[in-house]
Amino acid sequence: MSVLQIIFLVTGFVTLLAGVMVVASPKLVHAALWLIVSLAGVAVLFVLLNANFLAVVQVVVYIGAIAILIIFTVMLTRRVMADSGPTHNRTWWVALLSAVVLLGGLLALIWQHPAFQAVPAELAAADTSLTVLGTSLVDVNRYLVPFEVASVLLLAALIGAIAVARPVAKGEEADE
Amino acid sequence: MIPLSWYLTLAALLFCVGVFGVLARRNAVAILMGIELMLNAVNLNLVAFWRYSTPGVIAGQVFTLIVFAVAASEAAVGLALIISIYRRRATVVADEINLMKW
Repeated sequence: MSVLQIIFLVTGFVTLLAGVMVVASPKLVHAALWLIVSLAGVAVLFVLLNANFLAVVQVVVYIGAIAILIIFTVMLTRRVMADSGPTHNRTWWVALLSAVVLLGGLLALIWQHPAFQAVPAELAAADTSLTVLGTSLVDVNRYLVPFEVASVLLLAALIGAIAVARPVAKGEEADE
Repeated sequence: MIPLSWYLTLAALLFCVGVFGVLARRNAVAILMGIELMLNAVNLNLVAFWRYSTPGVIAGQVFTLIVFAVAASEAAVGLALIISIYRRRATVVADEINLMKW
């Protein structure tokens, strides 16, 4: 067993354990912190897959932005969660059953995949994938349009989020 | 060398953990966290297939970048909705938000 495999197994185990803690932890702030651990584990796996740029983006976007947003929301809505309700709904066992069935189906599917036991293809000695990624994102014949659509989507989401989260104005009362 | 199967199995496990979180948690923020886990599992799959099947074609990484953008938008809008609902109804529990439930 090589060093890479050991790193993968440890990282994978930590990622999965953190993921389970995210969905099982009774305290929401703890769940958010476990989510950060899980996202960092995925970033390490990206490095193992030679996708260094994506690992950096994972850290910046997911851990730097999304996880912080989630923690802010948890803190802004904290008083309600202090009330002692169950953290999972009554039919959680149905959810567990569906997740396990889905897992079985997924595993059965991917075990039939022809490339299942594939080992990674050799990368070129000088890894140019980052340059290729950068140029393909601004190339009209390749991925310029999806890239621009993604940026417009981000802008729309930003404006939409501001508009939705605006405090209720004086005139319009809460609709209850 | 790490076989592709390890990545696929790990991603499937992570995805199903996320599915359980989305279906079972009552708090809307926790449901969003489950969605983030699922998106991460998908990203892991995309990058693994890029690395093992088509390392010369950059489409796998581009797709992952687009998923990042969509995940960021989804988190921003979703959390804004949750804060707005909390302001108006003082709850973030998904099954108490039943205004449009028949």
